[in-house]
Amino acid sequence: MDLLDFARGPAINVAMAVLVFGVLWRLFALLFLGKPVDRTIPRLGTPGPFWAGLREIGRRMLPHPTFATAERFAFFNGWVFHVGLAIVVFGFRPHILFIKNLTGLSWPALPSGVIYAVGAITALSLIAALVKRITSPVQRFISTFDDYFTWVVTIAPVLTGLAAVGHVGARYETLLAIHILSIAVLLIWLPFGKLFHAFLVFLSRGQTGAFLARRGV
Amino acid sequence: MAEFATLGERLAEHGISRRAFVKYASYLGSLMALAPEVSRSMAAELAKARRQSVIWLSFQECTGCTESITRSYSPTLEDLIFDFISLDYHETLMAASGEGIEHARKEAMAANKGKYIVAVDGSIPLKDGGIYSTSAGQSNLAILEETCKDAFAVISIGTCAAFGGIPKAKPNPTGAVSVADIIKDKPIINIPGCPPIPEAMTGTIAYLLAFGKVPELDHLGRPKAFFGDNIHDRCYRRPFYERGQFAKSFDDEGARAGWCLYEVGCKGPVTYNACATTKWNGGVSFPIQSGHGCLGCSEPDFWDKGGFYVPLSGSVGPTAKLVGGAAIAGAVAGLAAAAVARHRKSSLNKG
Repeated sequence: MDLLDFARGPAINVAMAVLVFGVLWRLFALLFLGKPVDRTIPRLGTPGPFWAGLREIGRRMLPHPTFATAERFAFFNGWVFHVGLAIVVFGFRPHILFIKNLTGLSWPALPSGVIYAVGAITALSLIAALVKRITSPVQRFISTFDDYFTWVVTIAPVLTGLAAVGHVGARYETLLAIHILSIAVLLIWLPFGKLFHAFLVFLSRGQTGAFLARRGV
Repeated sequence: MAEFATLGERLAEHGISRRAFVKYASYLGSLMALAPEVSRSMAAELAKARRQSVIWLSFQECTGCTESITRSYSPTLEDLIFDFISLDYHETLMAASGEGIEHARKEAMAANKGKYIVAVDGSIPLKDGGIYSTSAGQSNLAILEETCKDAFAVISIGTCAAFGGIPKAKPNPTGAVSVADIIKDKPIINIPGCPPIPEAMTGTIAYLLAFGKVPELDHLGRPKAFFGDNIHDRCYRRPFYERGQFAKSFDDEGARAGWCLYEVGCKGPVTYNACATTKWNGGVSFPIQSGHGCLGCSEPDFWDKGGFYVPLSGSVGPTAKLVGGAAIAGAVAGLAAAAVARHRKSSLNKG
C-alpha cells in the first residue's frame, strides 16, 4: 500500500468516521441536554423564538454599526475566506466527486482556473487572519492553542491542494496523498476544536436571539 | 538470418540508409530526452553495436508483452533492432522445444558470461515452492536465479515482471512477486505496462546497445525517458479538465465531445508512461484517445486501487459501513452524555 492508497483508504475513512462520531456525539449531547425552565414572563410585542432566532442570525451577518470601523478587517476578511473555502470545497469537480462517491449527490462544477484563483485568494486571506491575530495585542492575548491549530488544519488543505494542482515540490500522487491526509486531519479535528462552529454557528446565534427577544433586548 | 558484425551492416542490408538511421536515432534520442550531441553519438554507437545476447524468460504472464513488441507497427526499425539482438531463448518465439532449448539457454549463458541481458515477462510465483508455474521441471524462481547469476542486466518487461502485476492482485493465490523482489545484485530496468509501449522496450534496448549502460531510472526503476511524465499532464484532453468539462458516462454527450475522463475513473494523473506522447500502433492512438480512461497499468498494484471506474478523488474501502457505525456510536454517546448531565443537574437541584 503506497501513501496515496493509505490516504484514499484507511486515513480518509477513519477520519470521516471520527467526524461523524464526534459531530453526532456533541450535537446529541447538546440538544438533548434539556432547557432550563424559564419562569420569566416574555416581554409583550416581541417575536416568537423561531423568528427572533432567524433575525439574530441575519443581524450578525453584518457588524454592529458601533464596531463597524474597528471590525472592518475582521469582517471583510472573514467573509473572504469563508466564501472562498465554500467555493473551493463545493465548486471543484474532484471535491464534488468525493461527495458524490459518499452520498450520491452531485452538482455542476466551476472551471478549474476559477478554483485555483479562489484557492490562492483564500490562502492569502487566511494568512492575513493569522497576521492580524499575532499583531493585535488583544487577539494575541485571548488566543489559545485551539485557535492556532485550527488555523493550521484549515489552511493546510488549501495549500496542499494548490501545490497538488501546480505540481509544486513533489510528484502529483505524493502531493495528492498529502492533500487528502491534510483533509483527514481537518475532519478529525473539526468536532473537537473551534471548527465545530460550522455546526453550531447558526444554532448558537438563533438561541441567543430567541433568549434576548424574550427579554425584549 | 544472416550473420552481421554490426547493426549498421544489418540495417544497410535491409536498405536502411545512414540518413534514415540517424533520423531514427534522433527520434529515439528525443523520446529519451537525450541532448542533441548524445543523440548523434547514440546513432554512431548503435551502428557499431554488435549482436547482443538476450535471454527472454516468460513466467506468469499472458504473452501480451511479446505480442506488443513483435506485432508493433510493422515493418519498423524497432523490428530490425529486435531482430538484430541475438534472442537466444524465448519460449514463445522459438521453433524448438524440450531439452534442446534449455540447452540453448545454458549455452548462451556460458558463451556470454557477464554480458548477456535477461528480459523477463511475467511474475514469479513463490507460494507452495513455486509449483504454480514451471518450465522443464524447474520453478520460475529457480530458472530466474540461475539465468540472472551471470547476466549484465535484467529488463523486466511488463507490469507483471516489474511489479507483480495481475498475478499479484489480491488475494495473490500464487504468492506472485516481481523480478526485483528476487534479484538484488544486478541492474534491473523496469518497463511496466500491460503491455508496455514497444518504443519503451526497443528504446531501452537500443540505449543499452549504444552506451553499454543502464539509462537514468526513476524511483520505481523505470527509464525516466519514457516514464518521467504523468499521462494527465501530456493528455490532449487536459484542457477539458481545466475547464471543468467531464464525461459522466461512456456514452453521454461529454464522452462524444471528447471531454476529460476523470469522472469515469481515469487514472492518468497518477500514472507515469509515454502513452499520451508516443502512443501506440505507430502513434495512431492510445486508450484515452479511444474513449476509455487510463487504468494506471504501468503503476504497481494497479489492479487493487479501489476500482477502475472510481474517480481518483473518491475514497476507497468500507466507507459506508464505517461511517454508519460511527453515526450510531456517536448518537448513543451523545444521548448518554446528555442523560448523565441531566441526572447530575437533577441531583444538584434536589441537593
